[in-house]
Amino acid sequence: MALPKERALEAYKTMQTIRMFEKQASRSFAKGIVQGFIHLSIGQEAIATGVCEALEKQDYITSTHRGHGHMVARGADLGRMMAELCGRETGYCHGKGGSMHITDTDIGFLGANGIVGGGLTLAVGAGMTAQMKNNRAVSVVFFGDGASEEGGFHEAMNLASIWKLPVVFVNENNHYAISCKVSNGMACKTVADRAIAYDMKAKVVDGNDVNAVYDAMKEAAAYARSGQGPVFLECKTYRWDTHFVGDTDNYRPREELNAWKEKCPIKAYENYLKFMKLADEEQLKALEAEAKANIKAALKFAEESPFPAPEKAVEDVYSDMVEEGR
Amino acid sequence: MKEMFFSEAISAALRNEMLRDESVYLIGEDIGVYGGSFGATAGLYDEFGPGRVKDTPISELGIIGSSAGAAITGMRPVAEIMYNDFLTCCMDPVVNQAAKFRYMYGGRVQVPMTIRCACGGYVTGAAQHSQSLEAMFAHVPGLKLAYPSNPQDAVGLLISAIRDDNPVIFFEHQMLYGAKSEVDEAFEPIPLGKGKIVKEGKDVTLVATGLQVTRAKEAVKLLGEEGIDVELIDPRSIFPLDKEMIYQSVQKTGRIVIVTEECKRGAWSGEVAASIAEDLFEALKKPIIRVGALNTPVPFSQPMEEYMLPQVKDIVNAVKKIAE
Repeated sequence: MALPKERALEAYKTMQTIRMFEKQASRSFAKGIVQGFIHLSIGQEAIATGVCEALEKQDYITSTHRGHGHMVARGADLGRMMAELCGRETGYCHGKGGSMHITDTDIGFLGANGIVGGGLTLAVGAGMTAQMKNNRAVSVVFFGDGASEEGGFHEAMNLASIWKLPVVFVNENNHYAISCKVSNGMACKTVADRAIAYDMKAKVVDGNDVNAVYDAMKEAAAYARSGQGPVFLECKTYRWDTHFVGDTDNYRPREELNAWKEKCPIKAYENYLKFMKLADEEQLKALEAEAKANIKAALKFAEESPFPAPEKAVEDVYSDMVEEGR
Repeated sequence: MKEMFFSEAISAALRNEMLRDESVYLIGEDIGVYGGSFGATAGLYDEFGPGRVKDTPISELGIIGSSAGAAITGMRPVAEIMYNDFLTCCMDPVVNQAAKFRYMYGGRVQVPMTIRCACGGYVTGAAQHSQSLEAMFAHVPGLKLAYPSNPQDAVGLLISAIRDDNPVIFFEHQMLYGAKSEVDEAFEPIPLGKGKIVKEGKDVTLVATGLQVTRAKEAVKLLGEEGIDVELIDPRSIFPLDKEMIYQSVQKTGRIVIVTEECKRGAWSGEVAASIAEDLFEALKKPIIRVGALNTPVPFSQPMEEYMLPQVKDIVNAVKKIAE
């Protein structure tokens, strides 16, 4: 299997775009242009890309605090994303959400989430909508290893399973919940073991291999879409950066980090594309340059956009009323 | 008009909305074959089936989280959480998710969901099945809160709650389920934020919610016998609050007593009192008085529960204190 040839280069560009978006967000954060809390997904690009390549237009996604990559892979507008991170009026949430709450429901993206595990029960709800409306949608929830230690995870898994909902649980096991190593946070060997308790079909894949993720997701989505029930995918990966931009990172051995950097998902995919003669060095460089130009344009759009008028802070609390309360 | 128990009125309003809008569905514990712990969904499982009356395992987080997810993807869930005490098991999806979606996402989504829950005491239910937690939720921007005191208002307010595009918490006092009154079968919505003057009067304004409206009526009668003419207002919604109705009354009487069943520390009644103090201080002839429960958990044993929760005599005494 693997990504179809006609999507292979696009997927490569997506992975490059995610990485460059994150790097730019980090640089702009250092300059004070991007504000708030920023969580980078460098090193995890293959999961977002592989999963989103396997989805259909009507599908739903719920994401995490580390959600930029998911949104880029789903095809969001980079300028509006960057503008949101910069708190601008032109941002996806008009500056009310920022990095942790960025969303675009037009592409079925039901939001990043500032609460670890917050997306899990929401994804069950989107799966219920799909089942009740019979709209052939699959609801995909990205969540980390730490989220599987939350109570909401278990309620979500149980409900999805007893009601045979079209939900795909995509676990991004990056091995650390801030400083808590995954083996200190759970007694089972691997996150996917938890699926056994819910009689749920589960698979563990190399989360740094975009083709492996794509294949597993394609199969999972088809199964869920057919009404047979939810699927659990554990994608093993590693975050290269700190939990948020600015944390001390005194909890991870350097050798471990360096070993994972050797397994760079982008580098691995480049080697694959070249080996399979799907692209040569020149083509890859061109795609990288294209991604870079897109990020540059996104940043320009964001920086040139105005901040929202302060008094807009009182809008959008309710659909039909404003109560300033001053 | 048809005479109905409060629980029947809830069920009738749910049925009305389910027939009217196929995106409305019910979800909660024991709401199916069993008909709800208070009988408020009786008959609906038989009529609409498991697809629209979803019996759940004991998963409050799952019930409310999934409702929020379904609401932002085009459904109109009505969730039942057996007691408002159990809402504390799912504070995240209520407070951090549903209440804030619209705002965090810059107005990009609607969150049309209703959470029904029993509340209140006087049933020797002890500390985890008797609380009045409206203040906790009134504190959260993004939520609306309704609190009917009789079957007719329960119908009108529940219809409005379900049709509202914002998350609404709907409080049902457990002592009221057995209350009976005439209900208009036209099933007209009562707008959230529209109070009701239960009895006009000129001497003292009395604001009461939920079961306390029934208690306040008794107090009003007793006070009338002593020549004190009380104006009784049932706000019906905790938020939005019909401040205009309350303010007009206070401008007339210059005196106000606010009765709620909450323990007084941090109570919603304090929000009402503070608003009046801020906006209408000059109109007041006497201090604002609040009647509520004592600042303890609700005790189990009946004499202690009676001592802890507000009683008719407390309302009478409070009104008398400022009636002169």
